[in-house]
Amino acid sequence: MLRIPCPHCGERDETEFRYRGDAGKARPAGDADIAAFATYVYERDNPLGWHVEWWMHVAGCRKLLKLVRHTLSHEIHAVLAPDAEPPFPPREQGR
Amino acid sequence: MVIVGGGGHGLATAYYLATRHGITDVAVVEKGAIGLGNVGRNTTFIRSNYFHPDNIRFYEFSLQLWENLERSLNFNAMVSQRGTLNLFHTEAQRDLFARRANQMRLLGVDAEALGRDAVKALVPLIDLDNGRYPVLGGFLQPRGGTVRHDAVAWGYARGASEAGVDIIEDCEVTGITRSGARVTGVETTRGSIGAETVCLAVAGHSSRLASMAGVTLPIETHVLQAFVTEAVKPVLDVVLTYGPSHFYVSQSDKGGLVYGGALDGYNTYGQRGTLPMAEELAACAVTLMPGLARLKVLRQWGGVMDMTMDGSPLITQTPVDGLILNGGWCYGGFKAIPAGGVTTAHLIAHGSSHPLAAHLGLGRFAAGRTVDERGVGPFPWTH
Repeated sequence: MLRIPCPHCGERDETEFRYRGDAGKARPAGDADIAAFATYVYERDNPLGWHVEWWMHVAGCRKLLKLVRHTLSHEIHAVLAPDAEPPFPPREQGR
Repeated sequence: MVIVGGGGHGLATAYYLATRHGITDVAVVEKGAIGLGNVGRNTTFIRSNYFHPDNIRFYEFSLQLWENLERSLNFNAMVSQRGTLNLFHTEAQRDLFARRANQMRLLGVDAEALGRDAVKALVPLIDLDNGRYPVLGGFLQPRGGTVRHDAVAWGYARGASEAGVDIIEDCEVTGITRSGARVTGVETTRGSIGAETVCLAVAGHSSRLASMAGVTLPIETHVLQAFVTEAVKPVLDVVLTYGPSHFYVSQSDKGGLVYGGALDGYNTYGQRGTLPMAEELAACAVTLMPGLARLKVLRQWGGVMDMTMDGSPLITQTPVDGLILNGGWCYGGFKAIPAGGVTTAHLIAHGSSHPLAAHLGLGRFAAGRTVDERGVGPFPWTH
């Protein structure tokens, strides 16, 4: 069971949240080619280590959160606003 | 050539390379011991009840290979075609299953609709009127069933070894070497091996291995849990799935009820699993068959899955020449082992896809030809 420290509601069980996947993907410009969009939609870095990801607090404040979480230990390093930059390049701290 | 991964697909690929194509200059390298990865961590079901015609043909080919597997390998894998029964609980769900059954029958695959009485006769333990989600009926694939999964790894390994393949255990791949756009071999904890062809069969860790060759895949890694109860006398002689949630159960030949469900729901490489899903599955079991409430769960474990963006696997060439991928099995890899082995061996031997696996290439994503059984899109934790 993850305990996610929501900045608005406090620490809550993972069952109050919905996972929404990799938050490290940047949408290409509208005139980008098909290959760029295919990469954006389908490819994932899928790291064993720190992962920046979206969670929605559906049974709480209903705010979208950006988490930095480790995909092996499940340690949560940071819970951020959607537009915040992660506090370090997560890949460099991966194992 | 080198096959990375001594699991079901890696060993089956080696076996068919040697026996069907006469290619025996093959090393299978495995970081631990063979058969201790997902081939030994699944719930052992085999079936071919899919909807997409290309998937039906592929998995039906696999089911036919299972039916002759023990004779081919001269190894008792305890293949048991006890039937796979999918229950439905609403009229909409019935229509969806009927559409799938009709598609199967059009392609010559067995599928039967059962009413409530027939379901009760087949599985007396079911509480048909469980209050919240009454059972309206089910669809049965009589040729589905279970196989002793460890024996599959051992049988293919013995067959491949006798045909001249080298199987190297305790040998972890730490790098993939390239010369320009071509693969040239692998670096391992026991030295380097030069090879013109490297095949990855490491589902759960395909992204990590592919990244060693500079390839990014349409895959996320997620954990799926499984559970076994204490052993009881025979009470369930089909593979049973429950419609309102994601839950499946069978009884092993030792008497334990083996059950599982959906992914925990977020990216992880941890082979353990968390409690919310354990609770959900226990609730499903007891809702469907209240008598199970008296059983104790003896064992629980997790396996990490390659979850692709459309829920279908990858048997494919990659952007690196000579680097072949067998992966992306989501949580359906066990039943596909014989067909995965035959079609991956074909791809390696001929340099082109086997006709039954031509729809499983990497190119399908950019081309907009995803094979998405449930039509849910590139959200792997929902497949």
